[in-house]
Amino acid sequence: MPASQHAFAATGNDEQSTPGDRTVLDAGEIGRALTRLSHEILERNKGAGDVVLLGIPTRGVYLARRLAERIATIEDEAVPVGSLDVTMYRDDLRTRPARALLPTEIPDTGVEGRTVVLVDDVLYSGRTIRAALDALSELGRPRAVQLAVLVDRGHRELPIRADFVGKNLPTATSERVLVLLAEHDGRDGVVISDRGGDA
Amino acid sequence: MKRHLLSAADLDRDDALLVLDTATELATVSSRAVRKLPTLRGRTVVNLFFEDSTRTRISFEAAAKRLSADVINFTAKGSSLSKGESLKDTALTLEAMGADAVVVRHGASGAPYRLANAGWISGSVVNAGDGTHEHPTQALLDAYTMRRHLSEGRGDLADRRVTIVGDVLHSRVARSNVLLLATLGAEVTLVAPPTLLPVGVEDWPCEISYELDPALAKADAVMMLRVQAERMNAAFFPSAREYSRRYGLDAHRMALLPDHAIVMHPGPMNRGMEIAADVADSVRSVIVEQVSNGVNVRMAVLYLLLGGAQLPTGEEVAA
Repeated sequence: MPASQHAFAATGNDEQSTPGDRTVLDAGEIGRALTRLSHEILERNKGAGDVVLLGIPTRGVYLARRLAERIATIEDEAVPVGSLDVTMYRDDLRTRPARALLPTEIPDTGVEGRTVVLVDDVLYSGRTIRAALDALSELGRPRAVQLAVLVDRGHRELPIRADFVGKNLPTATSERVLVLLAEHDGRDGVVISDRGGDA
Repeated sequence: MKRHLLSAADLDRDDALLVLDTATELATVSSRAVRKLPTLRGRTVVNLFFEDSTRTRISFEAAAKRLSADVINFTAKGSSLSKGESLKDTALTLEAMGADAVVVRHGASGAPYRLANAGWISGSVVNAGDGTHEHPTQALLDAYTMRRHLSEGRGDLADRRVTIVGDVLHSRVARSNVLLLATLGAEVTLVAPPTLLPVGVEDWPCEISYELDPALAKADAVMMLRVQAERMNAAFFPSAREYSRRYGLDAHRMALLPDHAIVMHPGPMNRGMEIAADVADSVRSVIVEQVSNGVNVRMAVLYLLLGGAQLPTGEEVAA
């Protein structure tokens, strides 16, 4: 059930997509979007110098690893990659039973003085990222924090925006955006489902 | 998880693993520069200790504070309890003060159960040791410690062999450990003189032996229990020296253990009685680590009981 941790983004769902769902990104498109994001991250930061990629579990971690692989190929230099669980910092903990925690793995380089790029699959209300910023500030003081997401589906509830966006996806709040990744779901794809969200 | 943690039997395998996995993640907090999480901000945890305790009370206090909860310590000495106030009136006072969780240690077996089920308080009750009955968070921290050393910190304790030695009769630690370790799949052997085994022990999910040496060679972990002289109102063994000879863990006996085996003790230790000083201080001994693991496990328990939505009485959380 790790996927249902993503209550804020309403992506959380281990159900397989059904024929009524619309696929908006296929595996090839996800791959090209990630390649472009890697180049954008390098361009903005003038290389991979002090970049640390931190994925937000579950799927953000796989995306961060894929970005790190691409950056390593482009720059011939490995970037530190890790994961940052934000469960303990969420503002909706009291609305449902206590959730299981997911792994936080901070690379040995730490975050102090580095440029941290947070990586998540879907940007929705922005509350997950707010929690991530709180979690990050207790680990150290990064020089800068940037945000990379595969999908921005709008409907922000906080003054947060992404620096790097794979695809802007206009959605209705009643829809659900499912990001499927081969590492976790067996195949790659971004699917919009119009069955009521679970958020 | 249920709403209260009164007995190790309250935890099924999934619950127990959820607590251990949560504790594993929370352990990283203890090694960070800022050892604090905001999760229980604004919640109040009352430590209600009717019996003396060092480790458990400090451990619960540290755990609650690392989760940003407000902690009120309430000990029998220096409170109205020493004037004869009843458990009920104490509970009503705590309820009026808005306690979200009550961590209770009491000399009478069943006191936490009474506190949880009498309708006096609405918060969660965590049993921190009741009489000779149970001490579930000690069992959890012991299981956590064993898992770290014997199962690479993951999964359950299937087929691991644990030998628990000593004063089982007066030990709440032994009962909770036997229940939890059986849930996690470990094979438990209790070793004690017949006089220090409780009535009905043959129905516990474990083996019983009166001889220590044969049980050591196959043990992955050996846990020495304190001889609880303060609870002994009769002669349970001829002399301390004889007890120590037959059931104490000294360097000679430790040599019978397999190379990977660990030596545990819930504390406080009677050095020279159930465990020799050189064994307690040896590299095999994880006794100090048990204490630091206790904070992580208790953080996990408080988070899982208090971190989510408040459950109506009797309802359980889907893990």
